[in-house]
Amino acid sequence: MVRSSLAVLVIDENRIRASIIEAGLREAGHERVTVIHDVTGIARRIAEIEPDVIVIDLENPNRDMLENMFQLSRAVKRPIAMFVDRSDQASIEAAVDAGVSAYVVDGLRQERVKPILDMAVSRFNAFSRMARELEEARSELESRKVIDRAKGILMKSRGLSEEAAYTLLRKTAMNQNRKISDIAQSLVTAAGLLSEDE
Amino acid sequence: MTAAHQITAGFMPLFDSAVLVAARELGFAAREGIELTLHRETSWANIRDRMAIGHFNVAHMLGPMPLACNLGLTPLASETIVPFSLGLGGNCVTISNAVWAGMATHGAEPDLDPARAGAALRALIRERAGAGRDPLRFAVVHPHSGHNYELRYWLAACGVDPTQEIEIVIVPPPFMADALAAGRIDGYCVGEPWNSASVAAGTGHIVTVKALLWRNSPEKVVGVRKAWAEENPDALAALLRALHHSARWCQDPANHGELAALMAQPGFLGLPPAVQMPILTGHLDLGGGAKRAIDDFFVPFDKAANFPWKSHALWFYTQMVRWGHVAHTPENLAIARECYRPDLYRSALKPLGVALPGANAKVEGALKAATPVGSAGASLVLGPDGFFDGQIFDPDEIDAYIAGQKSARAEA
Repeated sequence: MVRSSLAVLVIDENRIRASIIEAGLREAGHERVTVIHDVTGIARRIAEIEPDVIVIDLENPNRDMLENMFQLSRAVKRPIAMFVDRSDQASIEAAVDAGVSAYVVDGLRQERVKPILDMAVSRFNAFSRMARELEEARSELESRKVIDRAKGILMKSRGLSEEAAYTLLRKTAMNQNRKISDIAQSLVTAAGLLSEDE
Repeated sequence: MTAAHQITAGFMPLFDSAVLVAARELGFAAREGIELTLHRETSWANIRDRMAIGHFNVAHMLGPMPLACNLGLTPLASETIVPFSLGLGGNCVTISNAVWAGMATHGAEPDLDPARAGAALRALIRERAGAGRDPLRFAVVHPHSGHNYELRYWLAACGVDPTQEIEIVIVPPPFMADALAAGRIDGYCVGEPWNSASVAAGTGHIVTVKALLWRNSPEKVVGVRKAWAEENPDALAALLRALHHSARWCQDPANHGELAALMAQPGFLGLPPAVQMPILTGHLDLGGGAKRAIDDFFVPFDKAANFPWKSHALWFYTQMVRWGHVAHTPENLAIARECYRPDLYRSALKPLGVALPGANAKVEGALKAATPVGSAGASLVLGPDGFFDGQIFDPDEIDAYIAGQKSARAEA
């Protein structure tokens, strides 16, 4: 049983994403999973771990170094090659689109590797989605804050009610074909420049 | 209004992507009816992968990389042709202060002379071996790169066997200076600004430069997916004209300030404009206060710099054979011969009435001085193109050249 379980090495500088991949691998029954964030001294680690499958994020600037090491280093006892299943171009495209790549030791059968790559692809995509949503939520919160400040400036300087101040911002944005948060930001910036107490 | 051609190109944040960058940013591509989208990448492997699955049809590539793709040396590679070269020269060999101090005891001078520096380095390597110390570790950016082949050529010609007497590892260009400062490597061969970066930090010395190892020699190219090129001849020709105008603009000293500022932007190199100037002027700080001005240090346009000489591709092929990257067979030679495509360059630029070389290949190392050559249309000056050791590469005598360099290695 131990013999048949694959040793998987995950190389990803993004710690959160790496732990998401690691969790996915463990859920899929892979117990020999190692995660590396920093490639310094990686040749020695590979010699220790003897991975069957290596999963790497494509943003890692060390890919050229790693590919060369997989082929040449004395520390790598078995040749490691990029996982390319020529019969399945779609899955390679999905991997590159998602930003992940897999390398496997010589002779490992593709049906044992493909589920690992598929899992990594779906988790990479889920991570990107999550990061995007987080970014959207953050910018949403930022624009709400700046709109509140712009409303406050209008209420104070022009004696408007909160509702009238918001209506004015919205109307201006519509007329200029710009986002209401952009109008609010311009107003806040202008008010800052004109204010005497700064 | 949409452009007639949409082209997405990958590039690495290196100064010699400038011709591609300026083609987009200065409007040369738009004027040829091209909407050129540039995508910055983090590794040559990514560029290869995205070319293979069609994210890019065009990319900034190391000169030997399309050969490696077509010769089956890399996974997931698609057939790639080279219709345009992005310039000549631009690289240096930089070493640590400790290695420089050692070389200085063996006669090295801060003059960039490849033969003198190589002799001093050989003496230091032998001295270290005699004392039982670890071999020096040099870094290059990729196994199939001009950097790897010129470093090996230089050392071998100076009597050092680069496969036995030193170790060669791969390090991404932006990490070279840090790796040298941290002592993980003893020296490296890379393009600018990553050599001047070590000199500025006080952690390295430039010992020689590509322009002195092999004057006006090939470096980066535009790699194009062959299948795309065949289906889109008009788009390709328009792109080559745009790149031609861009390269001419990049060469003009009047534009160097603007070009340095452009490349300094965060989306391209993200380094201060001052750091970009040595490659443009050829005025290098070598370390320890020494300075040197180098003729033809980096040539983005002049000297037919954009012409994809088959003799350049074939020289890379001879080095791939020399260092065991590929076997010398008639089939492989034919693949190497067909990779660079001067015919496409010529047909795209003919309507412009500019100077075009009449031949597809030249005898490399034969021009001892800048030489006006007969060409279609206007006048053209080539060379000098000498190797520092006086060798000549005649692409018609490739078997003899390959045989000769093997024996040179055995003697070393």
